Amino acid sequence: MSRFKLILDISKTHLVSKFKQTAVAALGVTFGIGAYIIMMSFMTGLNGLLDGLVLNRTPHVQVYNKTDPTVVQPIHRYRADSSDAHYIHSIKPKVRLERIHNAIPILAELKQQDKVMGATPQATCKVFYLAGSNKLNGIVNGIEVDEEIRLFNFKDYIVEGDVTGIKRRKNSILLGAGIAKKLSLQVGDRVQVMSTSGATFSLIIAGLYQSGLAEVDDVQSFVDLKMAQQILGAGSNYISRIHVKLEDIEEAVPMSKTIKDLYDVEALDIKTANAQFDTGSDIRTMISYAVSITLLIVAGFGIYNILNMFIYEKMNDIAILKATGFTGSDVKWIFITQAMFIGLIGGALGIVLGYGVSVLIDNTPFETEALPTVTTFPINYDPAFYIMGVVFAVVSTFMAGYLPARKAQKIDPVEIIRGQ
Amino acid sequence: MEAILETKNINKYFMQPVKFHVLKDISIAINRGEFVSIMGKSGCGKSTLLYILSTMDTAYEGELYIEGELMSTKTRNDLARIRNEKIGFVFQFHYLLPEFTVLKNVMLPALKLGRESEAVIKAKAMNKLAILGVEEQAHKKASRISGGQKQRVSIARALINDPKIIMGDEPTGNLDSKNSENVFNILRDLSDQFGLSLLVVTHDTEFAKKTDRIIEMGDGMVF
Ligand SMILES: Nc1ncnc2c1ncn2[C@@H]1O[C@H](COP(=O)(O)OP(=O)(O)O)[C@@H](O)[C@H]1O
Ligand SMILES: [Mg+2]
Repeated sequence: MSRFKLILDISKTHLVSKFKQTAVAALGVTFGIGAYIIMMSFMTGLNGLLDGLVLNRTPHVQVYNKTDPTVVQPIHRYRADSSDAHYIHSIKPKVRLERIHNAIPILAELKQQDKVMGATPQATCKVFYLAGSNKLNGIVNGIEVDEEIRLFNFKDYIVEGDVTGIKRRKNSILLGAGIAKKLSLQVGDRVQVMSTSGATFSLIIAGLYQSGLAEVDDVQSFVDLKMAQQILGAGSNYISRIHVKLEDIEEAVPMSKTIKDLYDVEALDIKTANAQFDTGSDIRTMISYAVSITLLIVAGFGIYNILNMFIYEKMNDIAILKATGFTGSDVKWIFITQAMFIGLIGGALGIVLGYGVSVLIDNTPFETEALPTVTTFPINYDPAFYIMGVVFAVVSTFMAGYLPARKAQKIDPVEIIRGQ
Repeated sequence: MEAILETKNINKYFMQPVKFHVLKDISIAINRGEFVSIMGKSGCGKSTLLYILSTMDTAYEGELYIEGELMSTKTRNDLARIRNEKIGFVFQFHYLLPEFTVLKNVMLPALKLGRESEAVIKAKAMNKLAILGVEEQAHKKASRISGGQKQRVSIARALINDPKIIMGDEPTGNLDSKNSENVFNILRDLSDQFGLSLLVVTHDTEFAKKTDRIIEMGDGMVF
């Protein structure tokens, strides 16, 4: 019989004879690992869902006109070679149009780029929504609806009516759900839209738009690009924003810089636009790690305690084993093996528990107005969590078992035998 | 005569609670095939000496030779190996692993030694149990047999690796007179039939008189 088999055999006999304590210690590990898997699956699932929401609706790069004051003022150019310092107080940006200059060629060029999945033009106009004597101010965006659907999942946010209605009939509108509610309007009704220049347009409501953010849904509506240009009283080259979606989101920062350098426009990448959002995800992940690690440490202390007790109860056994020729290292490994047994069994059950509860959460209905596309709680079944769980179980039980086992290794059999 | 075990000027001190010279210049020798008993008043240092002779206690001065090999130069692991291979120990209290079967208790030192296959060891263990007349108990748990039976099982365990010497610290001290006579007769037989060397601490004068030689101890010294 090999040394390993002999140690395993002795450990097994010890564990079986102390079934209750073994089970309690293993359950501690089970709950620790189970909770870890559940927390991580749920938290990262939630992060993924929220990321998805933002990524779906936010363009990777937004292109719009510059409104910042010019950095290089005329005086700098005129006296460029002088060593004098020039102070100019109270610089104001000059009046600029909201439209992007040369938008149509820029759009065409962007669309041709390999890294670009697509780009959509938008024309934004400030309006009043009129119904009877009610008057709400808001914003109407002119869009190319097919491209918005393809690139930004626009369809997911139309909760009633037909999304392509605005393309088929020019004088129709996808009205913000909050506006519809305030004005008591429904799909098929008409809404009067008044432009800042005072012209009014009577539009048929083709559908209702709901993003989940009340302050957006209370002001924002969508019409076809041409309709928006008509409300603005502008030509077909009036485009105030271009939304770009890239093949790879990681390209957003360099791409926005290239656009800025190449054209006389401002470009905002998604990383900068959603910096706070990333922080939120990070904090959620950190909290789940903190809670999981706490649970595992508690489970580790449970094992440590029970193993200490085992060793106390097994003093005589240890003395006999040593008196009959087992080495201190044999004895140490007998107890480490017991700890690892507890860890492995507890860890395996923890994985079953974690998976079971994850499936349960995954099938729990979760419906909220804020997230129209979500019907159940999100769960991330990443196998990495399960692997990590087992690794955690083995490592933590090894460490929890090691200290008491070291104590057993050092026990002097003479003291035990004399003590009788 | 060849000495299986020999000591030269062994001294031992206990430091706690006060410095105490417990063994003083112990020089003894046990020859191959000899059955020796150690007698002496309670507290004179018999157990302490036996723990040193069995290599479990290494905190002493002087020299201990087993089969001519000096023990004080050995590492702890070497000593464990020597205990495993050459020394059988029988305690006053029945020291068996309570959760294991009687058979497994007897087998464990041989499994540790790893010289033979498990099947051979099992057969050998059954044979030793039969020599001691407790083979029917083989598959019972060690905690489920009587005191006298336990002591016989621990003798069987001491025999399993065919040791050079068997040491016993009052092996009959905890048994009634009938059982202790029984155990003594077994030890006597082992000595006579198998030529085993034995070193046994005892209080029992009757018992001691039937051994080959008596070592008298008093106040940490050999008379
Ligand atoms: N660990 C110890 N620390 C201090 N003194 C001890 C210790 N063990 C035994 N003694 C003392 O050493 C003496 C010898 O003990 P021991 O060898 O057990 O005697 P015996 O077996 O002959 O009855 C006794 O006086 C006892 O009190
Ligand atoms: Mg004693």
